[in-house]
Amino acid sequence: MKAIRIITRGIRDALKSVIRNFSLSTAAITCSSITLILVAVAMTISYNINNITKDLEKELSIVVYMKDTTTEEQINEFKNKLETMKSENVEDYTFKSKEEWKLEMKNYSDTFSTALDYLDTNPLLNSFTVIVKDANHLKDTTEEIKKIDYVESADYGEGMAENLVKAFDVIGKITILLVVALVLITAFLIGNTIKLTIFSRRNEIEIMRLVGASNISIRLPFLFEGLFLGILGSIIPVLVTIYGYVLLYDHFNGYLFTHIIRLTEPFNFILYVALLLLVLGAVIGMLGSYRAVRKYLKI
Amino acid sequence: MKLIEVKNCYKVYNNGVTAIADLNLSIEKGEFVFVIGASGSGKSTLIKLLYREEKPTNGSVYIGGINVAKLRNSKVYKLRRKIGNVFQDFKLLPKLTVYENVAFALESIGLHNNEIRPKVIKALDSVGLKEKMRSFPNQLSGGEQQRVCIARAIVNDPKLLICDEPTGNLDPDISKEIVLILDKINKEAGTTIIMATHDKEIVNRMKKRVIHLENGVLVSDDKKGSYKQHESN
Repeated sequence: MKAIRIITRGIRDALKSVIRNFSLSTAAITCSSITLILVAVAMTISYNINNITKDLEKELSIVVYMKDTTTEEQINEFKNKLETMKSENVEDYTFKSKEEWKLEMKNYSDTFSTALDYLDTNPLLNSFTVIVKDANHLKDTTEEIKKIDYVESADYGEGMAENLVKAFDVIGKITILLVVALVLITAFLIGNTIKLTIFSRRNEIEIMRLVGASNISIRLPFLFEGLFLGILGSIIPVLVTIYGYVLLYDHFNGYLFTHIIRLTEPFNFILYVALLLLVLGAVIGMLGSYRAVRKYLKI
Repeated sequence: MKLIEVKNCYKVYNNGVTAIADLNLSIEKGEFVFVIGASGSGKSTLIKLLYREEKPTNGSVYIGGINVAKLRNSKVYKLRRKIGNVFQDFKLLPKLTVYENVAFALESIGLHNNEIRPKVIKALDSVGLKEKMRSFPNQLSGGEQQRVCIARAIVNDPKLLICDEPTGNLDPDISKEIVLILDKINKEAGTTIIMATHDKEIVNRMKKRVIHLENGVLVSDDKKGSYKQHESN
């Protein structure tokens, strides 16, 4: 019962204090709102870049053509080889026989169909499309495949897509660093602002200590205050993130500048970001006040 | 029965200043003791050692049989609940009313509202401020503010009341009034009172036990002493 009373009083006092110290509360809320908005922007960018990179990587594959003289056994041997390479950089592969190619080409246009009908033999080659796990090792994998005798050619799009993946990979890593840095800055700023509100109330803490309040009952109202300030500070960033991203997504119809860069769908992604902001605000607020009160308590 | 026993106590601050040196004294339950001495004589340090705001560098301080020098920081609050503190600067919370200031002490230790109200009213009544319980500290005179501080100190029925120069900021007439309230609490509730003071007139008039400190050393301990005696020493 006593514990419940201390908790309810802690909540009541925290709410009173947020209202009573209006200007300092506003400062703390504004400060956390601004920094959390920056965190939200960085998180959204980071997540999108990560997804775009993954999408692009899926597009990156090695097309392997087998020599015309390749036997059925050699094709099976190559399949086995790709299976063993799955433990390395091969994600998956598909095989298309020269008959399938022929059928596809014939269906594609009448000209091809007529031309192919003229020929007695099938001039096309058996092929494999190999999807890799890591685009950074695309070249090595291609080289390894090229070494096989019955392989006619092995090529990957050594062009824009590969460079884009590399560029996005770097940008992705930078944005992750940015998110971490911003979270730390937010923690520092919110913590300091809460420290200010607590500094202005050090007399209260001193009196509580002198009249025999336990450390937990002194700390509790301040922890709740930090929690409330953190949550209040994350409301605006949460709304800005949800509405801002949905508007952006709709405005660009889900693609940024080109159809290669597909934005992540807003739901449920943006809700997770919003939840993360709320939790981040609350936790940072609580930790900030925990540290600040500790200074005035002899523990 | 001894309530306080200080044995071979030393307090040396980090800056090297020796505030208390080889202090030995004991105080019985229900006594009213003045602690006198010039500024820097160690009065405030002694007071702080008693309510365990400071720890002695050496020696022991027993309150009610417990060596508070060995008390863990996290357990100090249990000692404080048995001790009332009155300060020169009152230490009232300006945004709380008189009633709330006194109730704050009981709320802080987790008492139920039903228990708080009668205790607060009784404490305010005993210092003659029941009528002003809705006022804020800045609406009160210095003497009245100090009475609120006393009410807050006694609201939890402490065994020991420690007063650190409670009349330091008050004029002579009001100072007398405050000391008479303390005397009444001492006589009626049997609360042990230790009061550090500079006020010669009060010490001389009250004829209580006087402990005189000089440079952290106990120079005299008279059962019914006065400031004059010590000045002649």
